[in-house]
Amino acid sequence: MKTMLTVISNALCRITGKNVGAQTVPELLIDLSEYVNLTSPAAHASAQAQRQPPKPPPVSTRSSAASQLARAQLDQLDGPGARVAVTRNFADFTPQVTFDIKKCDLHRLEAGPPVKAELTREQGLQYYRTMQMVRRVELKADQLYKQKIIRGFCHLYDGQEACAAGIEAAISPSDHLITAYRAHGYTYTRGVSIRQILAELTGRKGGVAKGKGGSMHMYAPHFYGGNGIVGAQVPLGAGIALACQYRGNNQVCVTLYGDGAANQGQLFETFNMAALWKLPCVFICENNKYGMGTAVERAAASTDYYKRGDFIPGLRVDGMDVLSVREATRFAADHCRAGKGPIVMELQTYRYHGHSMSDPGVSYRTREEIQEVRSKSDPISLLRERMLSNNMASAEEFKEMDVEIRKEVDDAAQFATSDPEPPLEDLCNHVFSNNPPLDVRGTHPWSKLKSVS
Amino acid sequence: MPLNINGTLLRKQHRNHVTVRDALNQAMDEELERDERVFLMGEEVAQYDGAYKVSRGLWKKYGDKRIIDTPISEMGFAGIAVGAAMAGLRPICEFMTFNFSMQAIDQVINSAAKTYYMSAGLQPVPIVFRGPNGASAGVAAQHSQCFAAWYAHCPGLKVVSPWNSEDAKGLLKSAIRDDNPVVFLENELMYGVPFEMSEDSQSKDFTIPIGKAKIERQGNHVTLVSHSRFVGHCLDAAAVLAKEGIECEVINLRTIRPMDVESIETSVMKTNHLVTVEGGWPQFGVGAEICARVMEGSAFNFLDAPVTRVTGVDIPMPYAKILEDHSLPQVKDIIFSVKKTLNV
Repeated sequence: MKTMLTVISNALCRITGKNVGAQTVPELLIDLSEYVNLTSPAAHASAQAQRQPPKPPPVSTRSSAASQLARAQLDQLDGPGARVAVTRNFADFTPQVTFDIKKCDLHRLEAGPPVKAELTREQGLQYYRTMQMVRRVELKADQLYKQKIIRGFCHLYDGQEACAAGIEAAISPSDHLITAYRAHGYTYTRGVSIRQILAELTGRKGGVAKGKGGSMHMYAPHFYGGNGIVGAQVPLGAGIALACQYRGNNQVCVTLYGDGAANQGQLFETFNMAALWKLPCVFICENNKYGMGTAVERAAASTDYYKRGDFIPGLRVDGMDVLSVREATRFAADHCRAGKGPIVMELQTYRYHGHSMSDPGVSYRTREEIQEVRSKSDPISLLRERMLSNNMASAEEFKEMDVEIRKEVDDAAQFATSDPEPPLEDLCNHVFSNNPPLDVRGTHPWSKLKSVS
Repeated sequence: MPLNINGTLLRKQHRNHVTVRDALNQAMDEELERDERVFLMGEEVAQYDGAYKVSRGLWKKYGDKRIIDTPISEMGFAGIAVGAAMAGLRPICEFMTFNFSMQAIDQVINSAAKTYYMSAGLQPVPIVFRGPNGASAGVAAQHSQCFAAWYAHCPGLKVVSPWNSEDAKGLLKSAIRDDNPVVFLENELMYGVPFEMSEDSQSKDFTIPIGKAKIERQGNHVTLVSHSRFVGHCLDAAAVLAKEGIECEVINLRTIRPMDVESIETSVMKTNHLVTVEGGWPQFGVGAEICARVMEGSAFNFLDAPVTRVTGVDIPMPYAKILEDHSLPQVKDIIFSVKKTLNV
């Protein structure tokens, strides 16, 4: 209660410009009454006892948003039995807070990312929205898969949202990103609508790849999928970085892979060439502790994935904290843009689901472990708690957003289940780009199909 | 000895004869100049002037940015080349021989060939994979395999196999200008062979369309279909057979995928006899595909005899010269097969 009092009165001080805050609740109510018509016996009594409150103005002269809200609230307050209602206007919230974040482990680096991160209210709400959206989409995909409306491979990202959100917050849309098959989160952060994502999962013509790609093959401008072959995306990412360097456009390519892919030979071939040619490539290992069913200790002679680039500098980051991810990615991108060559980042994160929908995820790890991460390190909860305890937003706001997001996801799922499948005429299309139509043999010689670009 | 454009020996030196190597070099030079997105990467392509000197002089002219020496990391650099193509550049990725492409084959098939389809047209991959394919001389089993059938099996790839200098130049230019992944199969033994080049081929915009075969020699009695070096063997066999009154029509496929089956069928409807000739192994090979296609199509009813395939022997390539010579189709094998097919 005391903290709450301090918080509110500090906020009021910032608004009013007063230097000393209310020390007691009655004092606070008096201060607030300047802006709002408070009707409560307690307030009334205290007011008379201490000092005459100024006549509550119908509108506050402080800010228009506040005044609108104040006006709205006034009507509700004038009736009998009206309780103390304090309008929460946007001016009440802390606009910006500087948070302490974990120091990163460094490899071949003198200095690392900052240990403090600034977060504005707008940014916080945006990151929350992004992460919650990804969470709800993944859970919806889980549901649809169990109903057999989604088939084949479905690798879910819930638990790892801070990685996708934090990375996107640190780069710009003109930068490039490529990842492996656990790609739905990145597909969203790189600009594809959730309708198009869910419709691709359900194999409909409204999907981002018209139903031809599925879960692992979604693309967008400056987003190169979605890649099914473990590790193959890493040389591709370095190639995209080569194109950035070739063009001299100061863009970087963020190239993601998992702890399992970290043992692929082609990664080391790529590290060698990227370092040799100083390609602007940020290699990011999303270490979620398990490569399918194999724990990292059983797969890697060295689980210090941030050091595996050997001659390439590296940093190990808390992947459950969106601010840590953002600061580290910014640091890494700056490193590349400064022409220093590639850099390796390890994000320590966790997936709640099994490797894919066909893996219950509990044969190689305990339910207790999953529960512990959920309760202590959930990225969405972490952000929300930070914002609430620093008065950056209200619990109601978060609830409202959750409701909104759920509705959006439900609408998207509705689209994804009702949109028609791609027409059979589309079967052979898109084999070649920019090509005159060609004949494609069907399943038997009399089946002559056509392919257009 | 220089050969003229039809593959027959030139009696005197022509100003206009160009080796296959130089034709490839010209093609790359012209395309590098024309489009700054084009670049070449591979082992020894830059400062060494190319393992087989195909890229001679290009690094001196275009520098480190456009001609890139890579470490010995096929899977890595092929993937890098594909990524660069996805991001809008137009790489030429050289494999020192296609035998080494097996290390990188996942990038060629899964990252390059299939992507335009998987993305429903969102992500093209304009890349050329080129290098010597098939048997050389004395390089033994691991360095002599023909990959035409392997790559031509896959939708999403174009597979091109030039024979002479004109083919090499025109097809390579087309391949570089094509917005799709093209596997360009050269032949090491042909690099040093000079051919007369036509007037047209001197133009910087000279291209040969991918997917169209060429009739190198007209004939009425039997159709010989081949690609790469063995087109020359077919023409040699045709010259010998002509003395015996057998006129062969020799078709140079030029492109393996998409294959110009129509040209083959038109020819078979005229000659009623078909012999395919290739350096690769028989099982599941180019000749096998031609047989199947002819059987399924309109030309089947015009055949007076089953199709004959002349192929490499179904063994890994041996080293000793006498064994190596007997592992690949010789002119006498083609002559023998034609006569058998014609029942003469």
